[in-house]
Amino acid sequence: MTANHSPASLHRRTSRAIVADRAATIVLWGTAAFVLLLLGTIILHFALAAWGVVSLGFIFGDPSDTALGGVFPVFWNSIYMLALTMLIAVPVGILGGIYMSEYARETGPLGLVTSAIRFAEEAISSVPSIVVGLFGLILFVDTFRWGFTALGGAFALTLFNLPLMTRLSEQALRAVPQDERQASLALGATKWQTIRHVVLPLAIPGLVTGVILTAGRVFGEAAVLLFTAGIGTPVHYDFANFNGFGLDFNSGWWHTSPWSPLRPATTLSVYIWKLNSEGLGAFKNQLADGSAAILIGMVLIFNLGARAVGRVLTRKLTAA
Amino acid sequence: MPTTATFPQPVIRRVEVGSSIVAEQAATAPADLKISTEHVSVKYSGKTAVRDVSLEIRERSILALIGPSGSGKSTFLRCFNRMNDLIPGATVEGEVCLDGEDIGDAGVSVVELRRRVGMVFQRPNPFPMSIYENVAYGPRRRGMNSRAQLDELVETSLKRAALWDEVKDDLRRKSGLALSGGQQQRLCIARVLATDPEVILMDEPASALDPVSTLRIEELMRELRENYTIVIVTHNMQQAARVSDVTAFFTMAEDRAGYLVEMGPTGRIFTRPAERLTEDYISGRFG
Repeated sequence: MTANHSPASLHRRTSRAIVADRAATIVLWGTAAFVLLLLGTIILHFALAAWGVVSLGFIFGDPSDTALGGVFPVFWNSIYMLALTMLIAVPVGILGGIYMSEYARETGPLGLVTSAIRFAEEAISSVPSIVVGLFGLILFVDTFRWGFTALGGAFALTLFNLPLMTRLSEQALRAVPQDERQASLALGATKWQTIRHVVLPLAIPGLVTGVILTAGRVFGEAAVLLFTAGIGTPVHYDFANFNGFGLDFNSGWWHTSPWSPLRPATTLSVYIWKLNSEGLGAFKNQLADGSAAILIGMVLIFNLGARAVGRVLTRKLTAA
Repeated sequence: MPTTATFPQPVIRRVEVGSSIVAEQAATAPADLKISTEHVSVKYSGKTAVRDVSLEIRERSILALIGPSGSGKSTFLRCFNRMNDLIPGATVEGEVCLDGEDIGDAGVSVVELRRRVGMVFQRPNPFPMSIYENVAYGPRRRGMNSRAQLDELVETSLKRAALWDEVKDDLRRKSGLALSGGQQQRLCIARVLATDPEVILMDEPASALDPVSTLRIEELMRELRENYTIVIVTHNMQQAARVSDVTAFFTMAEDRAGYLVEMGPTGRIFTRPAERLTEDYISGRFG
């Protein structure tokens, strides 16, 4: 470092750095603004398109051949499929994440198992969803002879989403500082106690992100469900239908009740796809726009809700 | 590395030192012996980090492990509660005995060992829970659920760690992380005390603290010495001189393996060290 106090050279050096700094600031703010704008545009577009279409009657009404009607059966199916899929995918995904983060070995013969799991995760993640749908068609619909069922759809969606859920859980758990684990183990806690009482509570925000991203894919997925949960939904759901309720799988309950996992279930996404590709009715555009608006609303509500639940859980489990 | 070059065969010198340790502790009755190590070596993926350390620690005493960075003091400390088990590729050879029992035995429960041998880390690491839950963590994991018992244990542990008066009003409301660094470290000590240990290992417990907090921790250590056996790793030689009864000086050989140079009463180590290496280190000519 030479002791050059010439104001000119000092000025030149800083101004170049300042230009770069300003450029970076503008580009990064610009990118953020662009992303927000994109999101805003999508929301605005469907809000405008759905204006006058979406009403309580539309959300909670039954479809009609002669009037606009409602989309309640399809709306119900979206919620149903989400709940069923998350019920399977979230516990399995988190358990998988715990294995990968806390138990998996990187070396030795068990290291090969770890590599194999990683490879499978990446391979399944990159399989096109239509292929997963076809696989579900062959396995659940044909081989198992279930026909089109909500359960088959949920399993296919689980297959499709498990790698993501596992990977995100693993990352969330790995992000918990090693210090916390050491502190717990040094106090004489067992490994599982450490995971249960220290690692998992601290990983909740990351796990919630995993749940939200997985849920987003369940809401939005059409291709997987097309071949597994089927198209075609009755125009009216009778929630009091426990007709022949029992463990007899041939009873009417299993195949007609809206509560049953063994009935076909068209979700909003599949319904939108159907309306746009083969819809004929006079109201098909309004129905599609209205459904899309409901879908966006559901995603937003779910995301915010999941974050709120995550915060409450964190507070409960860490008492801080 | 000019200093080690003057002692081309450090391991042989260590053996001579070993005999002087035995001489210094010859008066010690066996009943006083809390921990002993026999030819303990630690390797990380085949690389030796600690070589052939044999020493004895008396009950209710403070042993300070001093030495330059990389001399294996912390690694050696982690042998006493088998924390090295957690590091993939780490192997411990030799024998570490607690009350005459080899803690490396297949039948030994690591969970029970770590309850009896607690540890305080370099960086204060309270859990992100309330102060109360931090202290109750260990006892809860061993199945203590009674509210009254836990309340009492939390109070006595915090009192022993000299933290009670500062936190008693918001035990349940305040997070352990909301405390100052010095308070956090005393909370970590309280958390260890709540598990009713016999030995407390401290890995540079004050190196992240300001001088006032450091002094409080040192005072606390002197008080805890009445009931517990303490082993402390420290970079701060004044600290070792102030708090410990016995000091062990570690350094590393040319192959970067840490070894014990000499061990003796703290007063003697700091005034009349038997080894040139020790003298160089404590007088600031090394490390």
